[in-house]
Amino acid sequence: MRLALRELFRRPGRFLTAGAILTLLATLVMLFGGILDGLLDNSTAGVRAQRGDALVFSAQAKESFLRSRIDRSLRARIEAVPGVARTGGIGIVQLGARLPDAGPRDLVDTVLFGYEVAPQGLPDTPPADGEVIADDTLRDQGVERGMVLRLGPARSPVTVIGFVEQTNYLGQGALWGSPTTWRTVLTANRPDEILPADTFQSLVVVGEPSGPGGLAAAIDAATAGATRTLTVEAAADALPGVKEQRATFGQIINTIVFVALVVVGLFFALLTVERMGLYGVLKAIGASSRTLFAGLVVQAAVVTISACVIAGALAVLVDVTVPAGSLPFAISAGRFATSTVTLLVAAIAGCAFSLRRVLRVDPASAIGGSL
Amino acid sequence: MTHPDPTPALQMTAVRKVYPMGDSEVVALDHATLTVGADEIVALVGPSGSGKTTLCTIAGGILSPTAGQVVVGGRDITGYSSKQLTEFRRTTVGFVFQSVNLIPFLTARENLLVVDEMGRRTGAAARRRADQLLGELDLSDRAGNLPSQLSGGQRQRVAIGRALMNEPTLVLFDEPTSALDTALGDQVMALIRHEMKSRGTAAIVVTHDERILHYADRVVHITDGRLDA
Repeated sequence: MRLALRELFRRPGRFLTAGAILTLLATLVMLFGGILDGLLDNSTAGVRAQRGDALVFSAQAKESFLRSRIDRSLRARIEAVPGVARTGGIGIVQLGARLPDAGPRDLVDTVLFGYEVAPQGLPDTPPADGEVIADDTLRDQGVERGMVLRLGPARSPVTVIGFVEQTNYLGQGALWGSPTTWRTVLTANRPDEILPADTFQSLVVVGEPSGPGGLAAAIDAATAGATRTLTVEAAADALPGVKEQRATFGQIINTIVFVALVVVGLFFALLTVERMGLYGVLKAIGASSRTLFAGLVVQAAVVTISACVIAGALAVLVDVTVPAGSLPFAISAGRFATSTVTLLVAAIAGCAFSLRRVLRVDPASAIGGSL
Repeated sequence: MTHPDPTPALQMTAVRKVYPMGDSEVVALDHATLTVGADEIVALVGPSGSGKTTLCTIAGGILSPTAGQVVVGGRDITGYSSKQLTEFRRTTVGFVFQSVNLIPFLTARENLLVVDEMGRRTGAAARRRADQLLGELDLSDRAGNLPSQLSGGQRQRVAIGRALMNEPTLVLFDEPTSALDTALGDQVMALIRHEMKSRGTAAIVVTHDERILHYADRVVHITDGRLDA
C-alpha cells in the first residue's frame, strides 16, 4: 500500500489524465446534484419544514393541499387515535403578490401558509392577523421587512414582519401567517375555494407510532379510509414534479457515475498491463495478489477523492458566485459526501476489471526465459 | 564469519516438471536431484531451453513440481499452496534478476525496504538491516538515489541487497554479470561470494559466463532437463 502511495506521489503525471477526467466527471455529478437539491429545496422545503410525524390529507385529494379538506369532525377522530399527541391545521393559497411601487402586472409568485403548529424556523405562535413571515428568497424579489404586500386579485394586504430560511413551496416564495390571515386572504381571492370555519386543507400530526404500519396506518384505519396519511418526507415527495425531477437528475448522475466507472476501469486496466513486469518482480519477492490489488484500489481511491475535493471546491465556487435566484442550486456536505462515496464505489468497481489480470501475473515472468 | 547450518539449503529429489502443450507434454525437468549445502555456491550452466528457469522457479517456490520432492532450509515445500509459496518466497529465498528489476520510483534504500513491506512489517528492524546492507555493499552514500541515478554496478549491488533483506536460506542469481563488463562482472561475483560466505547463505548462480565459474564452489550442468554434476 505504501508502495502504491509512493508511486502516486512521485509520479503524479502518470495519473494526471485519469485525475483530470475524474475531476470533470465529479464536477458534473456535484453540479447536477446541486441543481437537483436546489430544485427540490425550492419545491418541497415548505413541507419538509413541518415539525410533525405525519401529514393528513382527505382520501380523495391525492395528497394535494388544494383538493384536501379536513373538517372539525374528521379532525376529532384523528385526535382520538392512540399515539396522536397534537394536531395542527395547515392551509395554503397560491397568489401573485404586488410590491409597493411595482407595476400592476409586476407580480411575485407567493404561497400563503396558515399554520397552527410552527414549522422549523418559525415562532410557535403565528404572527398576528394580517402579518406574515416571508421566505428569505423573497428578499431577492425586493421584499423587505415592514413592507405591505398585496395578494391576489383582491389585493389583500399582509405586512412582512420577518424572514425565515428554506420554506419555499413549488418554486414560490412562502409567506407564513395565522390561520385567520390565510382564511381571510383565501375568502377574498378564491371565492370558489372558501372553506367552512374550522376546516383546514391538511393536518400536521405530532405523535408516537403505534401498531403495525405506524401512526399513518392507525389514523387512516380510525377514519375508515376517509384520510390519506403520509410521513412528512413522503408528502414532500408526493408534490407535483418532485419524483420526475429526482428521476431525471438521478438518471443523468447515474450515467456520469457509470462513465467514471468505465474511465477508472480502462485507466487502471492499462496501467496494470504496463506494470505486468513490475508485478511479476513483486510477486517473486513475496507480494500477494491481494497486496498488489489493494495498491491499485488505494491509487484509484486517492485519485477519486482528490478529484471530488477539487469538484467540491468548484461547486462551492458556483454556489457563491451565481447570483441569488438565477439558478436553483444548493451544495451541501451531504451532497458532497454522497457524490464522493458514489464515485469512490464506482472507482473501486472499475478497478475490479484489473483484478483478473493481477491474479494471473506469473512471478516466473520476472525471471524470464534466460535461466 | 557465520558457521553454516548443517541442514542443506536445498534438496531436490527426483524432481520432474511437465508442461502440457496441446495433446502432448514437454518435460522441462526430468528426475532432477540436487543438494546445495548451507553456504554453498553452485553455478548452474546450460544452453537455452535446458531447464535452468524451471529448476530455479521450483527451487525458489514460484512453481510446484509435477513429481518429486523439494526441501528448502528443512521446509518441504512440495505440496505448498499458492498462498504458502508466496509466504515462503517472502521469508526464505532471495532473487536477483537478470535485468535487475529495481522499482524505478523508489530510492535504493526503499528498494530494500519494499521486501519488508510485502509482509508483516518489522519497521525499525528492517530499516536498520537495510542501512547495514547498504553499508556492507558500499552504497550508504547512494541510499537516497533512484535507480536511474545509479550506475549498472550500483544497481546490481542494490538488487543483491534486496535479495538479502529477508535473511534468506537460498539466493537465486539470474545471469548476474550479463549486463556488466569483465572487470565489473568480476567485482560483482567477488561481492556475491563474499556476501554469501560471510552470511553462510547458499546460492545458485545461473550463468553462461565461463569466466566467473571459479567463484562457485561447484558447477552443475543441465541439458534437456537433466542434471549432470
